[in-house]
Amino acid sequence: MSEHQIHLRINGLSWSGAVEARQSLADFLRERAGCTGVHLGCEHGVCGACTVVVDGRAVRSCLMLAVQAGGSEVVTAEGLAAPDGTLHPVQQALLEEHGLQCGFCTPGIVTTLAALTAPGRTPSEEELLAALSGNLCRCTGYQGIRRAVRRLARAVREVAS
Amino acid sequence: MKPVPFDYYAPRTVEEAARLLAEAAGGAAVLAGGQTLLPLLNLRMSQPLVLVDITRIPELKGIREAEGGLWVGAATTQNELLESPLTARLLPALARAVRHVGHHATRNRGTVGGSIALGEPAAELPATAVALGAEVETYSPRGRRRIPAREFYLAPYATVLEGDELVTGIRFPPWPAEHRPLFAELARRPGDFALVGVVGALAVAEGRVERAGLAWFAMGPTPVVARRAETLLQGAALADWDPAAVVEAALADTAPFDDHHASGEYRRAVGGRLLARALEEALGRREAA
Repeated sequence: MSEHQIHLRINGLSWSGAVEARQSLADFLRERAGCTGVHLGCEHGVCGACTVVVDGRAVRSCLMLAVQAGGSEVVTAEGLAAPDGTLHPVQQALLEEHGLQCGFCTPGIVTTLAALTAPGRTPSEEELLAALSGNLCRCTGYQGIRRAVRRLARAVREVAS
Repeated sequence: MKPVPFDYYAPRTVEEAARLLAEAAGGAAVLAGGQTLLPLLNLRMSQPLVLVDITRIPELKGIREAEGGLWVGAATTQNELLESPLTARLLPALARAVRHVGHHATRNRGTVGGSIALGEPAAELPATAVALGAEVETYSPRGRRRIPAREFYLAPYATVLEGDELVTGIRFPPWPAEHRPLFAELARRPGDFALVGVVGALAVAEGRVERAGLAWFAMGPTPVVARRAETLLQGAALADWDPAAVVEAALADTAPFDDHHASGEYRRAVGGRLLARALEEALGRREAA
């Protein structure tokens, strides 16, 4: 069982230390980095709750080893709002459109949408919805989430034009 | 839901990776994107002693025009393939197929080589490689091989790869610029494995099909080449081809299975309709006599 020294950035802060080879990025973020906003549902890639942003791309943190994230820039749900508490546009849209209830799936949804709507990207509503086919929600019935997606897709197009 | 302890290596060359695999004598697993392996590890269905992560080997990365066709490095992610303008330009059928692999977030990690090497019978990429006549490039301490995708798959999740042999890339042959791509699948939800699907390409010149590549997925234990349909299509005149005969010939090569998602009979019925529609889309509706 090997241990590995890794360096990475998590929500803008540097982290260095040793990780056990078998530790998932999800467990690492929760247990070592204190990012308990990373929610673990199924632990085999189906539910999408543990999605985080690694080097600008949404990935399942339960399907990646911590050691594989060495050298990467990781953003979790905790890293999205501004330091003064101003919500990220994705969080604001979900809030205003009632896109969450219990909140378990929400971190995976906000990170997926935040990666896809990052500055310079102009995804369509259909593309955002297709990406969210990988995020299960058991409370909302998805309609509030869909409304938030519609609002976001409009917003990124307005910014782009 | 935690993997068993293992040793992890991230070699920088294929030689080193193959040496690690050979040393582990069957106790090692190759880790690429991990979108299939990590669930198996988490569920302890796979308990390797050693994990060899090949995603940090520069030789395995990239998408290039090569020999007039397309070369895709094994560790290239499915989304990199999807986003590359080369894919859409050279092989639109491949671009359409890769869009259906898993979900957006799994495609950000999942690799092209991983999907090819796994050999899931319902997966899009193995069938696409088979249909388009791709070759699987490999490395082992005995040397490099180019294996036709049509000879690569033996059974579900079983390929001709040897224990210390790595997939290094997939080489798609050139298809004429004006070829007609063909892709159709039925899945219960976006991102689910297909219940049945078909993929291929038709090169058309002077009103005739010059070359046909056609394969099914989720219609047998491996990707299934629709050989009889390819033969029928070869040389067929666009003005006078028989869709029903092509579909019948294509289904004749399949061995659809029953599982808890669908019966074999259902797969045949739906597969026939999907192929008929895809052919019509690719070749145009045959004029009524």
